[in-house]
Amino acid sequence: MYTVKVYVTLKPSVLDPQGQAVKDSLHYLDYTGVEDVRMGKYMELQLRASDRGEASKNVEAMCERLLANPVIEQYRYEITEAKS
Amino acid sequence: MKLAVVVFPGSNCDVDMYHAAADGIGADTSYVSHHCTDLSQYDGILLPGGFSYGDYLRCGAIARFSPVMDAVGEAIERGALVLGVCNGFQILLEAGLLPGAVYCNNSLKFHCSPVRLQVVNADTAFSSQYSEEESIVVPVAHGEGQYFCDADILDDLKKNNQIVFRYQDNPNGSLDNIAGIINRRGNVLGMMPHPERAVEGILGSTDGLPLFQSMLQDWRGSRHAAVE
Repeated sequence: MYTVKVYVTLKPSVLDPQGQAVKDSLHYLDYTGVEDVRMGKYMELQLRASDRGEASKNVEAMCERLLANPVIEQYRYEITEAKS
Repeated sequence: MKLAVVVFPGSNCDVDMYHAAADGIGADTSYVSHHCTDLSQYDGILLPGGFSYGDYLRCGAIARFSPVMDAVGEAIERGALVLGVCNGFQILLEAGLLPGAVYCNNSLKFHCSPVRLQVVNADTAFSSQYSEEESIVVPVAHGEGQYFCDADILDDLKKNNQIVFRYQDNPNGSLDNIAGIINRRGNVLGMMPHPERAVEGILGSTDGLPLFQSMLQDWRGSRHAAVE
C-alpha cells in the first residue's frame, strides 16, 4: 500500500485570480515580502499497487485523465510506502 | 426534430432548456438521464447549465465520465447537433469534445446579469438565424467561466472560424473575449451565456431564440438533403 500526495496548481502561464486575491490580502496584513501566491488542490490517495513503478504509472494516468486538467493545470506527486 | 435534454445530478437549467426547445421552437423534446446509454433516436442533444456533481474537483470533471457521455460522443460522430450551455459547456471542455478550458472568473465573483455578445460567425448550424456581427443580449450566470487555451489552440480557433460568440464587455476575463466556440466539424457548440433564458419577451430578451431556430433550420436542411 502506498500513500500518494498529489498537488495540482494552475500552470505558470495561467492567471490565478484566487492566488492574486490572497497575495493582496497578505500585503494588506503587511506581509509585503510575499512576491506571489499560487493556489491549488491537495489530494491524498491510499493506493494499492505491486510496486512503486506501477503506483507511479497509475498516478500519472489518474492526473492526466481526471485529477488535473492538462489544459490549465500542472501536477506533481509524492509516493511513500504506507506502513501496514 | 427530436431533442434530448440531459439531466445530470445537479443540473438546474434543464427545465429552461426544455422550455426553449419544446415551446421556443416546438421540438419534440425529452429529458434524458445521465445514466442513458443510447441517444440514437435524437437529432440534437442539449447539455444544460447547473452544478453537476456539485462542481467537485473541477466544473464538469466528474460529469464527463457519466455513462451518457459515451452516447453523446456517438451522437457527435454521426453528426447530431450538440449544444452545451454553461455547465454543459464545461462538461464538453472537460470531455475534450471542444478545445480549451474554463476556470474561475478573473473577478472571483459569480457573475449573473445580461451581457452583450457579438455574433462572430453566423454561418453555423447554431447561428444561421443571426446576422454576422449582430449584437445580442443574453444572460450569463457563472463563477467559473473564464475561457483559456494555449496560443496554438487560439490560432486554430480563429483560423477555422470556430469562435461563434464574443463578449462585448467581457465579464469573466475570457481569453480573446471568447463566449462560445464550435468544433471543427460544426456540430458541437459550447457557450457560457444562456440562450435558453432569452427566448421570450417576458424574460427580458428573445435574442437566444434564433440559436434554437438555427438548429431547427439546420435539421430541416439536413432532412431535406437526405430525402433528395
